[in-house]
Order: sequence, then C-alpha cells, then structure tokens
Amino acid sequence: MPDYQWPDPEHRTLIGQRVSRVDSPDKVSGQARYTYDVKRPGLLFGKMLRAPYAHCKIVSIDTSAAEKMAGVKAIEIVQKAGANIHWAGDEVVAVAAVDETTAEDAIRAIQVKYQKLPHLVSDAEPPQGAGESQGPLSMDDLGDMLDNQVPERQIISLLEQYGVSFKATEQDYKDAKEEGVPDSVIDAVRKAAVHPEEEGKTTKSNYVKAAAQTQGDPDKAFSEAEAVSEGLYGAPVITHCCMESHGSTSEWADDDHLFVHMSTQNVSGIAGQMAEPLKIPAANIRVHQDHVGGGFGSKFGPDRWGITTAKLSKKAGGKPVRMMLERDSELKVAGARPSAYARVKVGAKKDGTLVAWQSRSWGTGGPGGGGMPPIPYCFAAPNQKKEHTAIRNNIGPARAWRAPNHPQAAVLTMCALEDVAAKLNIDPYEFFLKNIELTKLPQVYREEFPIAAELMGWKEKWHPRGQNISNGIARGVGLSIHTWGGRGHASDCDLSIHPDGSVDIKMGTQDIGTGTRTCIAVVAADALGLKVGDIKLYIGDTQYPPSGGSGGSTTPGGVSSSTRRAVVDARDALLAKVAPALNAQPDDLVAKDGKISLKSDPGKSINWKEACSRIGATPITCHGHNDQAAAKNKPDLTNSGVGGVQMAEVAVDTETGIVKVTKMVAVQDCGLIIDVKMAESSVMGALIMGISYSLFEEKVMDPTTGIMLNPDMEFYRLAGLNDIPELKVHMMTGKGYDERGVIGLGEPPAVSPGAAISNAVANALGVRVGVLPITPDKVLAAISQTQKAGA
Amino acid sequence: MHDDETVLKEPKNANEENSGVSRRDFLKISTIAAAVPVVAKPNLVMAAGAEVPVHGPGKVPMQFNVNGKSYKASLEPRVTLLDALRDTMDITGAKRVCDRAECGSCTVLLDDKAVYACSVLAIEAQGKKITTVEALLEGGQLHPIQQAFVDNDASQCGFCTPGFVVACKAMLDKHPNPTPDDVLHELSGNLCRCGTYAGIRGAVAQAARKGA
Repeated sequence: MPDYQWPDPEHRTLIGQRVSRVDSPDKVSGQARYTYDVKRPGLLFGKMLRAPYAHCKIVSIDTSAAEKMAGVKAIEIVQKAGANIHWAGDEVVAVAAVDETTAEDAIRAIQVKYQKLPHLVSDAEPPQGAGESQGPLSMDDLGDMLDNQVPERQIISLLEQYGVSFKATEQDYKDAKEEGVPDSVIDAVRKAAVHPEEEGKTTKSNYVKAAAQTQGDPDKAFSEAEAVSEGLYGAPVITHCCMESHGSTSEWADDDHLFVHMSTQNVSGIAGQMAEPLKIPAANIRVHQDHVGGGFGSKFGPDRWGITTAKLSKKAGGKPVRMMLERDSELKVAGARPSAYARVKVGAKKDGTLVAWQSRSWGTGGPGGGGMPPIPYCFAAPNQKKEHTAIRNNIGPARAWRAPNHPQAAVLTMCALEDVAAKLNIDPYEFFLKNIELTKLPQVYREEFPIAAELMGWKEKWHPRGQNISNGIARGVGLSIHTWGGRGHASDCDLSIHPDGSVDIKMGTQDIGTGTRTCIAVVAADALGLKVGDIKLYIGDTQYPPSGGSGGSTTPGGVSSSTRRAVVDARDALLAKVAPALNAQPDDLVAKDGKISLKSDPGKSINWKEACSRIGATPITCHGHNDQAAAKNKPDLTNSGVGGVQMAEVAVDTETGIVKVTKMVAVQDCGLIIDVKMAESSVMGALIMGISYSLFEEKVMDPTTGIMLNPDMEFYRLAGLNDIPELKVHMMTGKGYDERGVIGLGEPPAVSPGAAISNAVANALGVRVGVLPITPDKVLAAISQTQKAGA
Repeated sequence: MHDDETVLKEPKNANEENSGVSRRDFLKISTIAAAVPVVAKPNLVMAAGAEVPVHGPGKVPMQFNVNGKSYKASLEPRVTLLDALRDTMDITGAKRVCDRAECGSCTVLLDDKAVYACSVLAIEAQGKKITTVEALLEGGQLHPIQQAFVDNDASQCGFCTPGFVVACKAMLDKHPNPTPDDVLHELSGNLCRCGTYAGIRGAVAQAARKGA
C-alpha cells in the first residue's frame, strides 16, 4: 500500500514552509492573461441592453435600427415581449459588433417599451402579520422562481413547507425536464402535498415566514435569567465587486463545438451548465481560464450573459464574441450577499452562563428571499426561540459570498452576547470562554483565546464600556469567534514524470487568487525532493481531469489530496525503476534535494535527471483522485471544521463619527498548512475585506425608482490602503492541528471582522451601533441618543 | 457607422452631433476642445461664438509611443487610452475595472506621470511617452518593485496589481525615500478587493530600501 499519508514534520521539505506564490511574477509584470485580456482573431464585442426598472413587463422590442447599423454582426433577444422583469439591470437584448463603440451605439438604437409594475427594494423590518398569507405554490410561482435564479435548495424547501396548488401531469414533468428544470426540483414537486382548493386563494406576499423553531424552555429560562439584554443587529446587502467583472469570450469551431474563455471559479463545472441551453453535448464545450480577477462566491455559473455570448457568436458565424460586464452591471446584477437583521433577546446568569436566546430575524436575498442565518452562531444556547421572515424583493439575485450566511450570523450573535456581557459588567473575553463548551470546538478556541489576547494586548486595552474617551477620541476593543467546514472537494489530476526529468500536472481546477497553483506545486515538489519551479502546471481547462469549483474553502483540501496520491504513486514507480541501479530495494530509497539516495547510506545516490533517464521512452503518468465522500478516501487527507478568534481595536472620533480600526488580530486553525506565507495572506485579506464591509459597504437601493444608487467604485466604497491598520495573524500549527489533514481557509477568517469591530465600537462608545456598516451618521445618532437618555 | 476604414466627415451641426450623448461621452468630447497634436487635421466648427477644432465622429488615424515602440491605429476620438492599449495594441497589463477614475487598476505613466488610462482619451495621449507595467520587466528580469511585490505576497487575484506596481513606480520616482504619508497619498488612488494592502505596504518599504 503506497504511503499517501502527509509526511511528518521531519520529512517535509516544502509543506508548511513560507513559499512565494508561483504565479506572482506573471501577475506583477502584467503577463498574466485574464479572461478580460483574451483577444481572439476577429474578436467581436458584445453589449447588453438592461432593463431600467425594478419590476416591469416588456411590452415591445424594436431592434430594426440596430440591425441596419454597419458593424453590427448579431443581435440576440434575451427576454421577449411579454416577459416579466424582476430587477433593474436584468438582461433584455444583446448585440455583437466589430468594436465596442459600435456595440454601444447599437444598444442605444434599440427601442424597448416597458410597462412599469409596483416594486419593493426595501429590506426593512416586515410589518406585523406579514408573510402569513403564504400558501401552496402555483405553477406560475415555480416558473417565476426558476426564471429568477432562486437557488434549488430554497425552492425545494418552500415546496416541502407549503406544497403546491396544482396537480402536475406526467406531460408537465416531461416539459419541465426539457425546459431545464433541475431533477431535484421535479422530484420535490412530485413529493409535495397538493392543495388544489387553495389555487388562487392566497394573495402573493413579498414576505415568506419560516416555521418558528423552539428548543428547550425559553420562556422559563428568560424568567429565571439574572440579566436579559435586547437589541437590534444587522448586516445589509453588499456586493462582491470583483475587480475583473463577470464575462466570457465564446467562439464556435463548427455548428456544435464551442470554445469558451470564462472568468469563473468553476472551470470543470461550466460546460455542463451551458450544454442544455445551447443544445449541444457538454463534451463539445471547451472551457479555458488562466487567471481570474476575483470571484468571492459570485462566479460559479455561466450566467445568462455567458449563454447569450455563445448565442451571439453562433449568429455571427462562430466568430469570437467577448462580453464582460460594465462596472455598474457588475454591482447591480452580478453578485450580492443577502442581508440579515434580527431583534435578539439574550438571557444569562450573573456568573455569565448563557441560558436563553430569542430572535425574530429577517433579510433579503432578492427575488428568492433567502434563508435564516445559522443563529445563535457557534454558541448553542440551551433554550431558544427563533422565527425568520424572508423578504422577496426586486434588488436582484443573491449569490454566495465568502462564508455564506456566517458573517451575518456572527454579527447577530456575537454582538448580542457582548451586550449581555456588558450588562453584567463581565469582560467579553471571560464571557465567551465561560460559555465555550456550548461550541463544537471548545479545545481549539481555548488554545486560541490567550494567543489572540496576547497579540492584541487585550488585558491592558479592555475597559468597561465607554470609559476610555479623551480629546473626543473613544477607544475600545471587541472580539468574535467563528467556524467553518472546509473539507476538500472532489478532485482529479494526472501527474507525469518525463524521461528528461521534467514533471507536469494537469488538473481542471482554477486559482482564484487563493494560491491553488502554489498549493499543488508545493505538494508535488515536496514528495519528489524538487523545487516548486520544477513542477510545470496545467490548470484551468476542461481538457484536464476535473476538479471541483472553488467555493466554501474546498479547494486546498481537494487539490492537495489528489496531487498527493498522484505524486506518491509516480514517485514510487520511479524509485522502482531506479532501485536496480543503486543495488537497493525501492523501500530504502528517498527522493530529496534533487537526488534519489539510500536511506541507509545517504552518500549513495544519483541525481534526479539521471534517475529519470531510466524511466524508458514514455513518461510515468499517475492519476490522483480525491473523493467528495471522506469514507472513500483511504487514507483521508482532508478534514472539516475549523475555529478562529478575532479581535479588533478601534478609535472613534466622537465629533465626526468616523471609526478607524487601529489594530486587528486573527488566530486561525486550518489543519495542516501547505504554505504558511499564503495562509497568512488569506487571513489578512479576509481581515481587510472585513474592515471594508464593517465600515463602508452597502448596496444602496432607491425605494422610489427601485434602482441601485451606488453602482460604481466611488460610492460603493471599498477599504483603501489608508483604512488598514496593523494586522497580526497567528496560524495554529503543530501537534493537534497538522495531523487533521488539509482544510480550506478562504471563508473562516472573513466571518468575524464585522462582529469584532462592532463590539469594539460598542466598547469605545458605551453604546451599540447595531447595524453594519458603521458609518459616521449611525455613530453620531447613537451618541446623541445616549446623550438624550442621560439628559 | 464605419467598419474599418477611416472616415472624416463634417458634422452638419455641432450641437446636433453632441445632443443625446451620455455624461461620460460629453466629458470626453469636451476635453478634445483642448487642441491636442493629432495626425489628422481637425474640422473647425463654431461653438459659443468661437471656432473649435473637432475630431471625428468617425475614426481618425492616431500614433502612439508605448514602451518605446511606435503604434499606429485608426480609432474614434471617443476611445480611451486604456481601450486603445488593450483592444487595439493588445497591451493588457493595465486593467479595465471601474472605467471612471475610481480604482487605479488601469494606471500607466504618461510622460512619467501616473494617470488613469481609462480617463485619458487615446487621441490626447499622442506625442507623449506611454509606459505600462510590461515595460518594467527588462530582459525577463523583474524590476525591484515587482520583486518586492512577489517577496511580500502583495497580489492575490492580481487584477489590481499592475496598477499598484505602476503607481508605486511613479511614487518612488517622485519620493525615493517616501514617508508613510507619501505612501498613503500616492497610492490612495488604487483599490484592491482581495485585501493585499498589508503585502503592498511591505513591498513599498522593501522597494524603497533597495532604492528601486
């Protein structure tokens, strides 16, 4: 049995070291080619006409003037007259032309008439009683949800909860399947309870109330609690704002073979999503990507504009068509994190023991509504009462955003807990530790807390609320904890050792800026005793073995495990070929420092190149596979479940209301770390993104017109260099961590910043600013409220 | 519209030609009024009682000096320097992100000064020395600033990185020993989404120490 296990510390040469990112030189020199940079011969430029209203019906479309313009090569109507539009910026008509300016002119020449319909873009607290009118789903409801890209799991959950108002025939199911309705949804309709008597009886509501959940005896627990705190907390809708906008270039080699360059987090998963709408086999679609300028959860599908680009290309005789979203569209339609707000009541004993949780939460994920965030987060309070209302509105569809639902849940939970600790005048550090047994990873947090406190100087800096204000500057500290899964996804690769000593790996994964290339190269080079630069990497193409989409921190575990299996097999095959030349058994050989040598007599060796010359005429090629199911991996090289602690220090100007984060600390566990340098960068990036969404970011919708008011990078503010304080990152490594295997790191550190910063502001001011982003107006309003209360 | 050939035509009425343009197009049109050296002779039209030179609206021949090489192109006057670089000259290091002078990903040097290429018209960049991130690579060797970005892991997705590298070059040319305030001021026009600012700060410090 080959020894696939991760090597122990003394047998690692590169794993766990500080290796520089292998694709950095390409990126810093402008040589890295992104999808946006791909220029195919005869390239045409695609543009999209987007609906100007948040809710409307298309009355008529007249493209005749655009058709007559010289240089216009194809026009594709995306949504026909009669279609209902559910958010401003939705796709209507697309054009391909010889250059971008011509395409823009053509878009302006298209006449579309709309009938405006009433819209809702607010995610304010649902009025009492709202959402109770939800009944069984009609066929129209289902059609609407599918058109609006409501996530499958959500449609299924609504079907399970409310049933349907129609009796579907076998022909209906057949039609649905042909229209591309996912099998899981069709199955859910089959299983759904049928209430035909309800057809047309229930009025459609924007509010969908989930069933209340109760655990333990919350009423009794609250009546017996020695301290009860109540508050309103929340996080608004924010956008992904990828630097490289969404988009693709498509071209047809012939009538049924498509070549797509796409900006995506999911190279291996794109062809399957394009096949059905384009009516060609997935096997006929080649998807390629070298680099992607950010995704953060928003780039898993080809999107309607990606399918449209391929259709435009076909109409233009197969010529390549590029369509990348403009910045305003990128912010309006290409990614939004659902909002979440809650009125929370927390009960605790005098000694800080958490006894009860009650929450009434709401939020929106656009037309789909969105689900309840996992609250109370991390701390499983023994007595709970929860209800959630999803708001279905016209702000555009939601997408996964780095650690879906967790950052919101952390704000709703950790801020409420900090409030009750403040009420008891207990240091939140002590309060959180007092209740740490309510979490799933008490041991991890217990080890992380003192390290974080030391790095922050918590003991010196924490003070009872509002007691450190001088010269108008209030200072405070706050903390939060988080958790995430991060098990490796399914991944396949082919690794070859060539007779000339070169090594290559082919894998249909992608490097979304998280260092996937480097991770693969480190694992391979470590096992072969080579340098990372000796490993030639081929990734980002459907011509290579498939590897999962880069979401949910699943990539490091997936690609490192498949690479490890392939490289161990290939190395063992090489050692077997070399053994006779060294008069040794393969088991007594080791590949290290560019040589194959005897373990029993390290002086006896041959160099790598010479060793490989004994391979023969054809290379050694080995396949590595990591299975989605842990049980199928023997041994399992990846794992799930990490914990992290973060602390923030802020300085708040009480005259201007401006919050500056002055220091942040992150202590993070992620199992065996492949490259410490990149791991630290990932965590720092998450802290910085966290500062950004805590203080600045919000997708601002205009209630009157229903459009987004800040779809640019001036008013949709991202943190800049000036907003970034001292950042301290500590990665948990060594015994207790390494042997767990590789676990992903993209999501967990992005969870806590909002809660930690909000708690620091509360500590500084003595009053809670409950809803992110913590902007000067909210800070000043909170201060003036306490002054009024004090007066 | 015109496909590939250069067409110059006399606008019937300057106001009519300008009506119905977007705010951004208007800004682009209005900046042409500051007569720039161009290859083709502009048409003169009356505007507000004065003769104003107007180029286009069709394609006009243009010539550029990019990274020491000469490029010829036939472009409409409304085309930005960024789009000319990327789509006509296939020099793609400068990235198109916000396309309105907010993020700095398209930063290039125009006569050694950092500018947002998305907000300079190509027609205005003629006769000036245009330097993009590609030019910092000499004989396949990374420039010390680029090496500092690698060493300090100052790029993740990397899409903002070329803009930062060029902005950093312009800053160090101006302030060889930058103070922290110089750094904040000179790099405040560039944004990153992945959160690489800590690495960038380290890279700037390293590059300054090495006298890049």
